[in-house]
Formats: sequence, C-alpha cells, structure tokens
Amino acid sequence: MMLRKWCLVLFTCLLFTSVARAQLVIEVTSGADKLLPIAVVPFGYNGTNPLPQDVAQIVQDDLVRSGLFKAIPRSSMLSQPSKLSDVYYRDWRLLKADYVLIGSIKKIKGDRYRVGFQLLNVLTQKPADDYTTIDVTKNHLRDAAHYISDAVFKKLTGIRGDFSTRILYVTEQHDRTHHPLYKLQVADADGHRPQVIVESNEPILSPAWSRNGRDIAYVMFKNMRPRIFIQELATGKRKQIMSFKGLNGSPAWSPDGKKLALVLSKDGNAEIYTLDLATQKLERMTNNYAIDTEPAWGPKGKTIYFTSDRGGNPQIYRLDIKTKKVERITFEGDSNYRARLTPDGRFLVCIEKLNGDYHIALQDLKTGRVKILTHTDLDESPTISPNGTMVMYATTEHGKEILAVVSVDGLVKYKVPSTDGDVREPAWSPYFN
Amino acid sequence: MSVNKLGKFAVVGLSAAWLAGCSTTGANTDASTATTATNEGSATTEQAAPADTDKSATYGANQDNSVTSVVDNQQDKAKNSKAMLDGVPTVFYFDFDKSIVRPAAREALAKHAQYLIDNPNVHAVLEGNTDERGTREYNMALGERRAKAVARYLTIQGVPASQIETVSFGEEVPVAFGHDEKSWQLNRRVEIRYEK
Repeated sequence: MMLRKWCLVLFTCLLFTSVARAQLVIEVTSGADKLLPIAVVPFGYNGTNPLPQDVAQIVQDDLVRSGLFKAIPRSSMLSQPSKLSDVYYRDWRLLKADYVLIGSIKKIKGDRYRVGFQLLNVLTQKPADDYTTIDVTKNHLRDAAHYISDAVFKKLTGIRGDFSTRILYVTEQHDRTHHPLYKLQVADADGHRPQVIVESNEPILSPAWSRNGRDIAYVMFKNMRPRIFIQELATGKRKQIMSFKGLNGSPAWSPDGKKLALVLSKDGNAEIYTLDLATQKLERMTNNYAIDTEPAWGPKGKTIYFTSDRGGNPQIYRLDIKTKKVERITFEGDSNYRARLTPDGRFLVCIEKLNGDYHIALQDLKTGRVKILTHTDLDESPTISPNGTMVMYATTEHGKEILAVVSVDGLVKYKVPSTDGDVREPAWSPYFN
Repeated sequence: MSVNKLGKFAVVGLSAAWLAGCSTTGANTDASTATTATNEGSATTEQAAPADTDKSATYGANQDNSVTSVVDNQQDKAKNSKAMLDGVPTVFYFDFDKSIVRPAAREALAKHAQYLIDNPNVHAVLEGNTDERGTREYNMALGERRAKAVARYLTIQGVPASQIETVSFGEEVPVAFGHDEKSWQLNRRVEIRYEK
C-alpha cells in the first residue's frame, strides 16, 4: 500500500464564539495512512432556544483530531436524519461513508437535556451499536459530546477514547514593561474550557496529576525559591509540601497514589526521593554526585526511571526501588531527558538530543529500538495520553512556545498553539472514571 | 550601569524583597483558594531588568541616605569595600551543559570574596541559570550546580559558607530571549546578588 501523508491544515476550530475563553486552537497537520470515513450528522433538536454547543460538531472534531477518521462534510450530505427510520443507507454509500452517527437532543426539564445517539454501519446497512442516551445539564453538553466520541472511538478502534480527559499546562505572558505572569491552567484535552488554577509573577513548572485526577502537584517559586505544592482541583485548597533549601522539584505520583517521587538537593545535589503522603516519610532513592532528576514511575510502581548525567551526558536510567540497583536505559543520540512510560510499560518516551536538536523519541523497552517521533526543535515535557496512543509535548514555533501532539506510531500530528502568550509543561490527566 | 549603583539598588530591592518575604511567610502554609493565589512574586522585582530601571528612576540621588541607613553600623567599611567592587562583573558565564567556573572569572570572584570577608554581615545569593535547551527540571539542577561551583570558588577563598546561599532558576528567568547561541550564552550564567 502506498504511504500517503495527509495534510489538513484547515481544521481550525474557530467555531466557538469570542466570548468563550478558549485559548488553544487545534491544527491537525498530518494523519494516519488510511482514514475511516464517517458522517457525523447534525443532531436533531426539539427545543426553541438555540443550544450553546453543536454536539455533533464537537464529536466530529474529536474524531478527526484522533487522526484516524475522515469526516464527510455537512454541506455534501444528501439528508440529515436524526432517527434510524429516516436513514437511507444508499445516500451514505454514495458519499463513501463507512459509518454514520446520528443523534438527537431533547429538552427534558429545566436546563436538562437528553442526548440520544446511534452509530450505523453503511456497508451492512445495520446499526453498529445500540441506541444510547445520556442526560446532561446545558453546561455539560460538551461533556456529552466527548462521551459520544469516546463511545464511537471504542466501537470502531477497540481502544478506549481519551476525549473526556483534561490537560494541565503553564502559560507565560511576557509583557516587557511588566513582570511576567505565569498561569497554571486546566482545559479539556481539546484545549477548550480553560480554567486558571494558579496565577503568579514567579515561575510555575512540572504540573502533575494524582492517579485519581482529583489532586495535582506542581512546582512554584515563592520569593524566588522553588517549592512543591499539592492542590485539590475542585476546592482550590493547597498545601506547600516541600520547601527545603535548594531544589524542590519534579513531583510524580506513584501508581498506587500513596507516594510522590520528587527531587531535592538538601543533601548536597539533585537526588531523587520518595515521600509517603500518609506518613510524610522521605526516602532517598539515589546517591550520586551527578544530577539525578525527572523521576517517572514504572507502571507497576517497582521502578523509577530518571535522568542522570552520571555517565558524562544526561541519559535515562532505571532504578529498582527494592534493590536500589540502577541500569542505564538510553544509548542513542547525544543525550536523553525526562522519561515517560506508556501505561502498559512497553514504551519509553523521552527527549533526545540529536545533532544539537531536541526531539521526542520513543524507545521500545522490549527490543531497544528507538524511533524519533518529531522533527521540530527545542521539544520538551512529553506527556502520554491515558490510552497510551498520543504524546503531547511543548515545542517552539516562530519563537513562541506552543503545545503539540504526536501519536505513538508517529503518523498523527497536531498543534495546539495558544492565542495568549507562551504555553508549556503539558500534563495529560488520567481517566476520571 | 556602574556596579556601585547596581549594588545600591540591589540593597534597596532586596531589603524590600526580604521584608515582603517576611510578611508573606505565613502564607506558605496557607490553604488559599486558586483565585486568591495571585501576586506570589514580590521578590521578582529585582529580577526583571525593566523593574530595576523603574527603581532607579524612583530612587533618585537624594535617596542615597535612606539606602545607606539600611546598612547599619558597618556602613563605612561596607562603603569602602563596595568601592572595591566598582566595575567588577557580577554575572559569570558558563559553557553549554557545564558548570566549570571559567578562568577569566577568577579575578572578579576573588574581589567578591574579599568583599564578603570584609563584610561578614553581607549575604550573597548566587543565582544559577541555564539556556532554554534541554528539559526544565534538568536545567533546574544544572543551574544549581553552576551556582554551587561559584560558591565553592568563594569558600576556597575564605568566605564562610554561612554567608552564601545558592538558588537555581533553571531556564525560567532568561535575560536574552532569542533562540540562538548569542542569547543562550547570555542566559548560561550565575549572578551574584547581595543581601543584607
């Protein structure tokens, strides 16, 4: 089969109004070799007041962004059915759609709506899945859309969708006449509905999610010293948990949620420690005169991957927590930094310095094979989606820091530029349910 | 800009920062909500170059007395020593991913060491910085290693370790904003800041 790269520079979802404070705009730059054609028909609606969200459009955007689907444009649809009895499969076969998603929204009571949807297989001329309904309030129509995207994605790819997940990231507005303003923000995985979590005139970095997605940890400078904070997202309640002399950085929750790996230099130089969150007991994990930093837990919680320059150049090492034995993992490129593991533990994603450029690299931990996923420079802060298919990272474009996404297979790429200053330090949430 | 001038403003700025620091220590253990968590950075004032310029405009020559009055009874000695630092660099540069103090820095660092030895009440903060390349937390550690390399140089000259504090800003506080070697070189630095 011919390898055909697909360019869709157009997918700028400027659909939201200017009132919506959406700061991140998705641009799909390349997709998979073979795209599944799907028609997402505008959902029927029985109400009189216009809905704040175009649910079908959000679903379509989600699916296209995954890089696996091609949407049949609304303008070419011969009919726009919202119930099964109105569907003429022949219409959709003419348009070369393999699947059709239909749906309807009914106002039920107050600001509550019932969203019904069904996926249809054009080739078999039969429903591909059961008719499903979900009830949401007006403000949660976007959540309903992401729920539908997850259901369709799971049905057609067998993989759990990550459309209902969220991302943390840091923005910096640098007005030369004022102090820089740093904001830690949370948004939907598609960049919509951003909310500011913390604002500061001092740098914020290394945001991390707890395993249940309720708490976050991050590093924020206070009086020009780095401190580690834990904050409950819903209430905004926060605690400063680390304020030793020197470094306090790189918080990472253990898979069981009970510990935090972090970096302190209180004993001389950058070393990795674990903090038992219940007992507050610190345990030192590394002991080396070199820099040891950027801990990432192995999926079972028995190992910690980290960056160290103990061999001369920064490379990724793996520590066995029980035996404290350390093994070097990366050997390609000039140096490697900041490991992240896919949820199944099979792949390691990190930053590889190669011929002076910094790219996202993927290493198969079974075979040792390394693949460079990006061709941009100054890439940093990779974070993996909870289903293990996508890597979000920070990069620089036209002198501005932006977020970008690349699929683990390297085929799908999209950018998430900001309309508002530099964006960096993305952290992809776990599943929330 | 003369170093003398810089030093004075640093004293003013830092006293303010120190006071601000004291007044906000209670907030370190707070449980404030997200929306109230603003204005964390009273101490950033002395970081940003434009802020320094603002200050020098505000604190005119007639403010000099108030500056020296902050510098308690050591003032005469301090003044003399500070004159000794006239024209002495306070920023020291490093090679990529390295934390070795360059030979060219030794003479200037020896003068800073002498100033600290002569003024045991003066506290030096060594701020380590990196360029934007590489990852942020690695750069935090690298910035610290650079600051510590300068600290080691000063202590070897006889400065008590208690007079020196090292902090790292990693790649978070650049002074040059280009994405080229020229900017990167300016950002790979340790700055000496004096506190009282």
